[in-house]
Amino acid sequence: MSSMKKEIPPRILAIASAGGHWVQLMRLRPAWEGCTVYYVSTSANRKREVIQDAKNRDVSPPAFYVVIEASRWEKFKLVRQFLQITKILLQVRPDVIISTGAAPGFFALRIGKLFGARTIWVDSIANSGEISLSGKKVGKSANLWLTQWEHLTVTNGNCNTPRYEGKVV
Amino acid sequence: MIFLTVGSELPFDRLVRAVDAWCATNNNDIVFGQIGDPGADGYRPRHFEWQEFISPDEYRCKYDEADLIIGHAGMGSIITALVRAKPILIIPRRAVFLETRNDHQVFTAQKFAEREGILVAEDETMIRPMLDKWETMRDSIVMKSVGPYAEERLIETIRDFVFKKGTQ
Repeated sequence: MSSMKKEIPPRILAIASAGGHWVQLMRLRPAWEGCTVYYVSTSANRKREVIQDAKNRDVSPPAFYVVIEASRWEKFKLVRQFLQITKILLQVRPDVIISTGAAPGFFALRIGKLFGARTIWVDSIANSGEISLSGKKVGKSANLWLTQWEHLTVTNGNCNTPRYEGKVV
Repeated sequence: MIFLTVGSELPFDRLVRAVDAWCATNNNDIVFGQIGDPGADGYRPRHFEWQEFISPDEYRCKYDEADLIIGHAGMGSIITALVRAKPILIIPRRAVFLETRNDHQVFTAQKFAEREGILVAEDETMIRPMLDKWETMRDSIVMKSVGPYAEERLIETIRDFVFKKGTQ
């Protein structure tokens, strides 16, 4: 009977570039407590922090992958980042993917969709004037699309708009 | 001590220059700056001690020691200051000076200007008046540190989705 089967916790891949996006992602951590978590970011320092934090709390450190940092203008680096993320997703096969931005999250959500992952895009709180560029491109296809600014939920008759459910700070 | 930090990516000449100019005429506070790699033509401060980059440990020490943080209007800087309950003076990086890709920091600075302990300089000409202002009001700033996590509602929404509770 399925109801007697022990629930297997979802596998979640949480991904963001190393700056303010990462700081925001970390503030959402309780949302996936109990999941098997795989982190992806663009700085080895972030990896060290996460491992140190796990040690401090006496828990086993989560899986962490570092991918190359790439700005919007660095096309070759973006291609490498895309390939790295594809490889990670093929290995991990997460049930859920969550990102706060920017390029790495965009790639992960796009590729993850193809593998049938459920996806979450939390647009950065830094984007208070308009939804981020990555958010605009990938938000619509995300299963859960959130903005951190209530005024950005209202758009002219377009039904596919982000929801507002609060802020990271 | 005032801790100026431009982060690990791009330098921020406009800010560094303005803080140096203030230091040249200010005798009350010392500044330490982490200014990034100024490059061959970049500005090198003459009136305060600085380094291009510092280790995470040094960063933590300087942060603890500081009475005021000066930085760009990025969310990393802002959230760290709010969590650590440190007053911070922020100035937005601008696309027109190739300091960032777009002007989102202008909006961020506006949005966070009302928070206790956050001072905003709209541009480099406002650095001096804001630092002078901070010196007169520093004892009246009472910051309550914000917690380590996002608003409960946001976390619950995501958690319900992750664990497939409710209808999504």
